[in-house]
Amino acid sequence: MLRLDCLRSVYPELENCLVVTIMGAVAAELHSLGHRPNFFYLQHAMGLASSTGLGLALCLPEQHVIVFDGDGSLLMNLGGLSTMARYRPKKLSHIVFDNESLLSVGGFPTATSTGTDLEGIARAAGVPRVATVRNVESFRVAVTDAIRGNVLTTIIAKVEATGPAAYVTDLSLLENRFQFRRHIQSLKKS
Amino acid sequence: MPVSLTSSKLIYDALKECDIGLLSALPETWLVHLIRSADEDPEMILVRLAKEEEGVGISAGAHFAGVKSAMLMQNHGFLASINGIVSFAHLYKIPLLMLISYRGSFGERDPWQTQGGNVTEPILRALGIPYFFLDALGAVKKRIRQAQILAESSLQPVALLLTRDLMWEE
Repeated sequence: MLRLDCLRSVYPELENCLVVTIMGAVAAELHSLGHRPNFFYLQHAMGLASSTGLGLALCLPEQHVIVFDGDGSLLMNLGGLSTMARYRPKKLSHIVFDNESLLSVGGFPTATSTGTDLEGIARAAGVPRVATVRNVESFRVAVTDAIRGNVLTTIIAKVEATGPAAYVTDLSLLENRFQFRRHIQSLKKS
Repeated sequence: MPVSLTSSKLIYDALKECDIGLLSALPETWLVHLIRSADEDPEMILVRLAKEEEGVGISAGAHFAGVKSAMLMQNHGFLASINGIVSFAHLYKIPLLMLISYRGSFGERDPWQTQGGNVTEPILRALGIPYFFLDALGAVKKRIRQAQILAESSLQPVALLLTRDLMWEE
């Protein structure tokens, strides 16, 4: 299963969500499908995309928030998973692309390649709904259900360790950040 | 426990006057009354963290959502947050109001706090983070207000060091 195909399969569903991604391939591939003002790409600070999504979800409980995380990033902030589970915002969906690899630095294997089970960790942390998916159709269904459902969900998507040729996009970090905040403020006014 | 209730209440009230709507915290002795105040306040979103660096992401999310936030942590928690501060708050110009208990400074009896006390200010300076002390009751309200204003206008982390003189009664 390719991450890009997964992202493409749910791209239309993202229109009315606030989307936070991690750095690297996830950011570049979502951007390549077409940037929208409701997408924020956290291009560093590994581990904190999920915390950012939690902050958004706690402050905007009516708004659906999606975090596209990765195995390397989540392993850096497993404590954050327990914080997310502790407050379990109903409209937060946490999607973890698990390629068992730190791809952008040359493909070094992460602990999920030797048996660490992120679904099990999420469940044991207290996330009320968890799943692992291995094909694009299951991914699309699981993510669509999570967006329409009303319970904090973590979905582990097992994907191949391949990515785009380049990670830098033409969207500057600050432009993205200011546009994202302005978009959210415009939603609050309307 | 000789943590000052008076000072804690004054700090909490000052945060409320700045319209702080979200507080992230990891408990440490000097912060217990502050955290309890937040917990008992139905208007405050209190986020109890596993590790302080999470607070950087949570405050960024709050900022995007248009909610003013503050972080309560010990100086060792500040040390544990540095990558988040540099590669999120500084990189993306995110305002952070950090209230940091200044353990390990003059009067510290716990040996395990002392090394963190030595390096807190040098590291704040190395990171270019504007900081000031909260050390006297009379200045608490004004200093917190000023720190919050600077964080919002400069879009960067600003630190207030909660000192022993203010927080500890012995």
